[in-house]
Amino acid sequence: MSGHSTYEPKSGFERWLDSRLPIIRFANDTIITFPTPKNLNYWWTFGGVLSLMLGIQIVTGIILAMHYVPNADLAFNSVEHIRRDVNYGWLVQFMHANGASMFFLAVYIHIFRNLYYGSYKAPREVLWILGCIIYLLMMATGFFGYVLPWGQMSFHGAVVITNLIGAIPVVGPSITTLLWGGFAVDNPTLNRFFSLHYLLPFMIAGVVGLHIWALHVPGNNNPTGVNVKSETDTVPFHPYYTVKDGFAISVFLIVYAAFVFYMPDALGDAANYIKANPLQTPQHIVPEWYLLPFYAILRAVPNKLMGVLGMFAAIGTLFVLPWLDTSKVRSMRYRPTARIYYFIFILACLVLGVCGAHAPDDLVIPHSGGVQFLDADLDSYVWLSRIGALYYFAYFWVITPLLGLTETPLPVPESISSPVLSHPASAPAGAVASPEKRG
Amino acid sequence: MADTVAGASPDLHASGEDPNRRDFIHIAAGVAALGAVGGLAWPFIDQMNPAGDTLALASIEFDLGKVVEGQQVVVKWRGKPLFVRYRTAKEIEAAIKDDHADLRDPATDESRHKPGKAQYLVLVGVCTHLGCVPTFQGGDYGGWLCPCHGSVYDTSGRIRKGPAPLNLAVPDYAFLSDSKIKVG
Repeated sequence: MSGHSTYEPKSGFERWLDSRLPIIRFANDTIITFPTPKNLNYWWTFGGVLSLMLGIQIVTGIILAMHYVPNADLAFNSVEHIRRDVNYGWLVQFMHANGASMFFLAVYIHIFRNLYYGSYKAPREVLWILGCIIYLLMMATGFFGYVLPWGQMSFHGAVVITNLIGAIPVVGPSITTLLWGGFAVDNPTLNRFFSLHYLLPFMIAGVVGLHIWALHVPGNNNPTGVNVKSETDTVPFHPYYTVKDGFAISVFLIVYAAFVFYMPDALGDAANYIKANPLQTPQHIVPEWYLLPFYAILRAVPNKLMGVLGMFAAIGTLFVLPWLDTSKVRSMRYRPTARIYYFIFILACLVLGVCGAHAPDDLVIPHSGGVQFLDADLDSYVWLSRIGALYYFAYFWVITPLLGLTETPLPVPESISSPVLSHPASAPAGAVASPEKRG
Repeated sequence: MADTVAGASPDLHASGEDPNRRDFIHIAAGVAALGAVGGLAWPFIDQMNPAGDTLALASIEFDLGKVVEGQQVVVKWRGKPLFVRYRTAKEIEAAIKDDHADLRDPATDESRHKPGKAQYLVLVGVCTHLGCVPTFQGGDYGGWLCPCHGSVYDTSGRIRKGPAPLNLAVPDYAFLSDSKIKVG
């Protein structure tokens, strides 16, 4: 895919520039003529959506930083000042706050698409790991950003998350003090979180550059998971995927705009409209929705250190996934058994999200319960989150390795073009042999 | 005779099966995208203009009783110094005498104060050269002298010497009562 370039400079200036800085050639080869599998579906458009969201977050963020004051006494009021007094400040602030949620929505769809079609498998392991790094940076950026308005939820969220570090034996408390710049979350903490919140998006942009580079070496995976065999399997990126991505982006922006203009606070927490008060914690403290599954895993474990380790392991597991998967077939389109476990995995993630939003002792089915099991009621959210967490880890560490060895996949098509021409079931006998060729 | 040809001109898009409709949708989509970007560009630029709370503080009231004859009081207005000067009879006389002198930015002393209030001169205390604050009673004319590049203003705040191009600006202001003004 990264082979020869078809770019031919047209004008004298382009020839002059091409022999000095071949930037037009680079742009041409990456977004115009790049050979892309011809069968990509709409699940493949979220890379474009994510690039746009990163751009929107950076632009709106730079604007907000022009008006925001990173000071514990002034931060809350400065955000209200942005919403009420700054020209179109309400628009920019709501775009930024809801943009973060939309960014995570898109990244989750992007990740789940990857899991379904086995895009993380060889030769795209580095591409996948870079994606995991981006996800990790996104979570850090989202967390730092959520602290900045200095509302009740901001403040106490920061208290809870920074205290997680304190669970590390011996050095934990010293690291926490170092993070805080004091003996509690206070003005120094807010100042450094602002600095880091401004820095990290540019680091994300850098890793996104590497991510796209790593994508363009092996090229895109595709819904069949079968390698591109010849030029007839591909179409040029432009206009085929610029237009397809453009349409998907338009639809995505409609959803985004619906939040920004009609329900800008739907994804936030009312407690964040109260200025931070270190002397009083809100009744029920929850992180933003996109961190809820990990929060549920944290609370599922009764031991502080083990809970923190469990939460980080949930993310760390993703990094080694390419080596946990033993299946030679990439796409779950041809793995009916794996597909069932995959959809249960999505369900488990959603269940964990719901658990994270509820207090651990709340009953899942109201007015029932009464059956105490070990430390909690069997009908409580803490037990539900334990089941969810167990499935989360089992999916990656037990089901994925074993399934690849034991399942019988459906016949995989010979090439990208063949399933279009004939149904998999009626594929020629030779097609059955293709799983051994590593898709 | 080209306008008599029905349908499309086939030479423009020899290869496409329905080129005109496709061209239309490309242009329409491009224009819609440009419109959206343009629509967003304005809020993103306008946010840098003075915010509502800044504009709300854009006018101030000042009690002239704080200034005595021969004195100047400096107050802050829209982030800049505002000169309120109670001129002596001698200073007013000197200003009127120079109404028809060779002025760089001609203006009568009459036009520089409110009718019947010749003793009160209200000026934006920013040198019209590069924005420094001129010092009170400096220079050859007893008005102001800018310490930065030596611009000299007379007792009416008119530029008389030095690099500044214009007289010290008179802000919009009005007398609320005999001893109170509102600026801005």
